Amino acid sequence: MSNINKAFENKKAFIGFLTAGDPCFDKTVEFILDMEKAGCTLIEIGIPFSDPIAEGPVIQEANLRALAKGMTTDKCFELVQEVRKHSQIPLVFLTYLNPVYHYGYESFFKKSKEVGLDGIIIPDLPYEERDEVNDVCTLYDIDLITLIAPTSIERVKMLSENAKGFIYLVSSMGVTGTRSTIETDLEGLITEIRSVTNTPIAVGFGIHTQEQVQKYSSLADGVIVGSAIVKIIAEHGEESSDILKDYIGNLVKIK
Amino acid sequence: MQKGRYGIHGGQYIPETLMSEIQNVEKMYEFYKNDPEFNEELNQLLKEYAGRPSLLYYADKMTKDLGGAKIYLKREDLNHTGSHKINNVLGQVLMAKKMGKTRVIAETGAGQHGVATATAAALLGLECEIFMGKEDTDRQALNVYRMELLGSKVHSVTSGTMTLKDAVNETMREWTKRVHDTHYVLGSVMGPHPFPLIVRDFQSVISKEAREQVLEYENKLPAAVIACVGGGSNAMGMFYNFIEDETVELIGCEAAGKGIDTALHAATIAKGELGIFHGMKSYFCQDEYGQIAPVYSISAGLDYPGIGPEHAHLHDIKRATYVPVTDDEAVDAFEYLARTEGIICAIESAHAIAHVRKIAHNYSKDDSIIVCLSGRGDKDVAAIARYKGVNINE
Repeated sequence: MSNINKAFENKKAFIGFLTAGDPCFDKTVEFILDMEKAGCTLIEIGIPFSDPIAEGPVIQEANLRALAKGMTTDKCFELVQEVRKHSQIPLVFLTYLNPVYHYGYESFFKKSKEVGLDGIIIPDLPYEERDEVNDVCTLYDIDLITLIAPTSIERVKMLSENAKGFIYLVSSMGVTGTRSTIETDLEGLITEIRSVTNTPIAVGFGIHTQEQVQKYSSLADGVIVGSAIVKIIAEHGEESSDILKDYIGNLVKIK
Repeated sequence: MQKGRYGIHGGQYIPETLMSEIQNVEKMYEFYKNDPEFNEELNQLLKEYAGRPSLLYYADKMTKDLGGAKIYLKREDLNHTGSHKINNVLGQVLMAKKMGKTRVIAETGAGQHGVATATAAALLGLECEIFMGKEDTDRQALNVYRMELLGSKVHSVTSGTMTLKDAVNETMREWTKRVHDTHYVLGSVMGPHPFPLIVRDFQSVISKEAREQVLEYENKLPAAVIACVGGGSNAMGMFYNFIEDETVELIGCEAAGKGIDTALHAATIAKGELGIFHGMKSYFCQDEYGQIAPVYSISAGLDYPGIGPEHAHLHDIKRATYVPVTDDEAVDAFEYLARTEGIICAIESAHAIAHVRKIAHNYSKDDSIIVCLSGRGDKDVAAIARYKGVNINE
């Protein structure tokens, strides 16, 4: 059983995202531990990429800040290693395929396993191309997370069947970023997914308010908050700790 | 070969949100490409509106001056809107309309593809929005105004390096927001399958005509065909119908900017490595961690860190050769063609002219070489003047 299951065991998951190296290596480690204390049950760590095509402006800018500060794939592995000295919280990477491809699939996932990573989300790797990494992920016990989008309705069965870790249900069309309203028929999609698999479902893209957390936590098995967290880090930099804990604490108590 | 693959290159590396629409485009294209009514309408537009067939012009003065092969210029610069881009755009916008789309979006570098898309959208009655890097909206201000005149909205892209790759990023992001009524008119032989195939097919009219024309004039195939390569659409169009003619050399000219030994170039084949980006596996300029490199060229249209997957494959199997051409060489060629033949060509196309100047004398006088003159140079005149330090009171 994957370590990711712990995030969903007997509770609704609360997944927080941040970009590695923004504002710096040490603070990312600190913020991850803060986020766990505040109630996150799983952390997504973004390996920064120069051209993150699925991200809105908030996370794009975090990627560029982290790269400008000298964040690299190797340092992301070190970062996971550092977190693992203090915490066993489920950790997944979110990155684009090129940094993984360029590192070498075998080396990347072997190293991921060694440092204690549990899963990976690759937004530009759709189901049709998953053979790029599927076998090597399985070999090293890294869950390749399945994304399901509002446009996936006819693809749900195929996508869900062998889903591992959790299913990342993309709430809305477009890129990441906070939204005031989400118009997708998520209930319909969730019913479809549930008819195929018991893999837990977490809803992400746009979620940032207590109302949204409440609503989507009750519909699905958990929620993912990204841009709102990254925005706090963008605004408060190294001083983000308390604000992050407050913000996440307030959302977590709702779910 | 696997569907959508060129050797190991190509594929469909895009977010799940776009997958069902990409598959829809693939299905629609497979239908329309064999639909007599669609083809009749498209051919009518190419003939009556774009001005095809384009001329294959024998450049006599240039031939004599260079002292080798006969030089022919395939005059894509004479098409309506001034470049080869219209060939692909008329096909894709007509298809979009038949698919029931009411809006098209497109990226543009130099502005030629943006102008062509804005033109086709105006003609066929679709809403149009163009994404262009801020660097490029600054250096190609005239084209921005042109697109606006044609009724399009132009978004100046300020993310990343603010050039063509960022314009592609932003257009993809926009497409994930609205796929139900919007078609992304990709402008080069790049991106996820089926775009490299669609754009190549629509551009292959260049070599279809050129092959017939040169056989008529010379009674034999050319020794070489040459075209500039950014993403590679005019080159793929120029190469395609000569691929099976093994005696015909296929030569693509990449932008070497300030030189391939500097950091300021966009020479993907010379300096790039295998990667997966913008929906495709191909060669990309990137760093040791797979971060996409900022690239540079005097030519906004060649200022792209990747190359279409079919070119990457033609390079792998050694069917085509790709050579770097610097800014200086391109500007020289731009002036040379103006003075020698009275043709002001696009700075992109000048990269191909620069190379033919280097190699023409290696061929016999019985040989011919075709250079694809992909676009006209009006848009570049002000930039070339700046490059030369000439004040023309813009």
